[in-house]
Amino acid sequence: MKRRLPVSAEKSDSPGRIALRTLVSDKRSWIASIFLIFIAILAIFAPVYAHNIAHTDPFNSSLNATIHLHGKDVPVLEQSTGGLGLGVTPIGPTWNFSKYFLGSDNQGRDVFARLLYGGRNTLMIGTLAALLTIIISIIIGLVAGYWRGFIDSFLSRILDVIWAFPVYLLSISLSVVLLTSGLSIGPIHVGAGSLALPIIIIGLVYVPYVARPIRGQVLALREREFVRAAVGSGAKNSTIIFREILPNIFPSVLVFVPLMIALSMLTESALSFLSIGVQPPAASWGTIINDGLGLLYTRPVVAFAPGFMIVLTAVALNLLGDAVRDALDPKARLRGAL
Amino acid sequence: MTKILLDVVNVTKTYTIGSKLRNKSKDKVHAVNDVSFHLMQGETLGIVGESGCGKSTLGRMLVSLEEITSGTVDFDGHNLGKLGARKIRPLRKRFQMIFQDPYASLNPRRQIGKIIEEPLRIQGVSREERRKRAMELLEKVGLDANSYSKYPHEFSGGQRQRVVIARALALNPELVVADEPVSALDVSIQAQILNLFHDLQEEFGLTYIFIAHDLGVVRHVSDRIAVMYLGKIVELAGADSLYDSPAHPYSQALLSANPRMDTDETSTRIILTGDIPNPINRPSGCSFHPRCPIAKDKCRSEEPPLVQIGIRQVACHFPTI
Repeated sequence: MKRRLPVSAEKSDSPGRIALRTLVSDKRSWIASIFLIFIAILAIFAPVYAHNIAHTDPFNSSLNATIHLHGKDVPVLEQSTGGLGLGVTPIGPTWNFSKYFLGSDNQGRDVFARLLYGGRNTLMIGTLAALLTIIISIIIGLVAGYWRGFIDSFLSRILDVIWAFPVYLLSISLSVVLLTSGLSIGPIHVGAGSLALPIIIIGLVYVPYVARPIRGQVLALREREFVRAAVGSGAKNSTIIFREILPNIFPSVLVFVPLMIALSMLTESALSFLSIGVQPPAASWGTIINDGLGLLYTRPVVAFAPGFMIVLTAVALNLLGDAVRDALDPKARLRGAL
Repeated sequence: MTKILLDVVNVTKTYTIGSKLRNKSKDKVHAVNDVSFHLMQGETLGIVGESGCGKSTLGRMLVSLEEITSGTVDFDGHNLGKLGARKIRPLRKRFQMIFQDPYASLNPRRQIGKIIEEPLRIQGVSREERRKRAMELLEKVGLDANSYSKYPHEFSGGQRQRVVIARALALNPELVVADEPVSALDVSIQAQILNLFHDLQEEFGLTYIFIAHDLGVVRHVSDRIAVMYLGKIVELAGADSLYDSPAHPYSQALLSANPRMDTDETSTRIILTGDIPNPINRPSGCSFHPRCPIAKDKCRSEEPPLVQIGIRQVACHFPTI
């Protein structure tokens, strides 16, 4: 692919600013950012849509609701006529933003409104879990890589233990256990239905995947001569870590952010799909897919709409991650580490 | 030139090979083996030797960037090996190190001026003072004042090495250990940097330890030269007397490998056979004997000590005097 090289620096451009310029000149980053910002705005304004446009309550079932469509009142949940007359068929997409744009689920709730609310939870959990992963990883990577020795062996073995489990097996097991009891660490108590639970679980299971490459970088950086020079000038450990090493691992951390958000989001959706992530009546894209499972033949849009959102958002995040990586260091292939 | 600034006595550095758990016998590498010398204030000592002879390790021990396994490094009355990390910190401004690779020596994410100021910041100098001093130093090492806010990637190797020198001088050190400071540079740039070293020594009365594998470079800058082989000093002599009449067969071989411009004297190239031995299994006796053209039985069994012969020190049973 042809791409413009960054314009040669005329006057004192920091490596960061050069990377930013490359990023801005990269079409992929524009497409991805615009899409992500659009999704984020939709998610943020979910309550506005539900209350002011659709006039619907996306969390309570309305089994007997009717809407006015094509000049007549139609029940949102139509009793099945075929077979034994059991069950209901929810109304399909009306393509009208003011009422059941994407139809209803089998409890009479507006799927589009729930999709927006679900995006809120999915994006929030994905982002916060990714940030948690990255913060913990930076701390572990710096401590293990800088001090080496016993503390490094200790931390590395803990990471190995987490790494030994497949991500989904570990997160599913943790969720199943913690979902019933909640999580208590000393005075901190996280309730069983709290959104903090999936954030903590997803944030933890991905730590080895980020902490290990960071540790490797710190190990390499601390042998660099500019770090030796700082030691030789009498710098304290904290000075060396924060002023010499941290700024140099920052680019790779930045590359990890969009990729980790995508991974965390996918994991959250999977957990919620299995009913061990976000708990009803709250929505996430995963729970909506689960809602749509029984309607797959009659109203496939209920499951497909959140599925599409997940795919598009994940693709956009990966696109952005690739663009950031190429901007920061065209040679690096950090994704190989994931 | 009266005060002894640095007194190095029997300094040894050993590395243990492999894991402590697996390896009960603990193979050891003697990177630096029983090295002693002293350095007068204002003097320049060159250290030469081939790759892996321990000269860089020695250099790092002298500025306390490497732990000393045994022996003492006495810097102006302070025993560096005995002082803890905390007590060494205030002393560090008196000795600085310049590294081989000017590309790895500068933090790529910081401005040149900030890099030069960093040692001053660490030692608690005020902001304005720092900036003034950085500007001064930039000028001293022949860089533009507007280099201050540029980043390392905008500079060539020679310019970067000037920045490294400026940083080393920021704290007004007395001793500068330069570890192959010009070997990564073009020959034309080498001369500029060497002249800069020379000018700065005259101006600030600096004491240098100049580590190199290029004999031509070392001769130019050094008052005395130590030749190292396999972690040991095999010959220590004044620069001119070493070049004119090397006494140790290794020094002779090293010098004969150095191409000369003045070819009126027919110099015969002494070609050493074999490689530098593995420092884990040092040869018995004189460690140079497997490659030495004049080795005798005594050399295989008995290790020659570094002894004073006239104005030079040589570690050889059969020196050429």
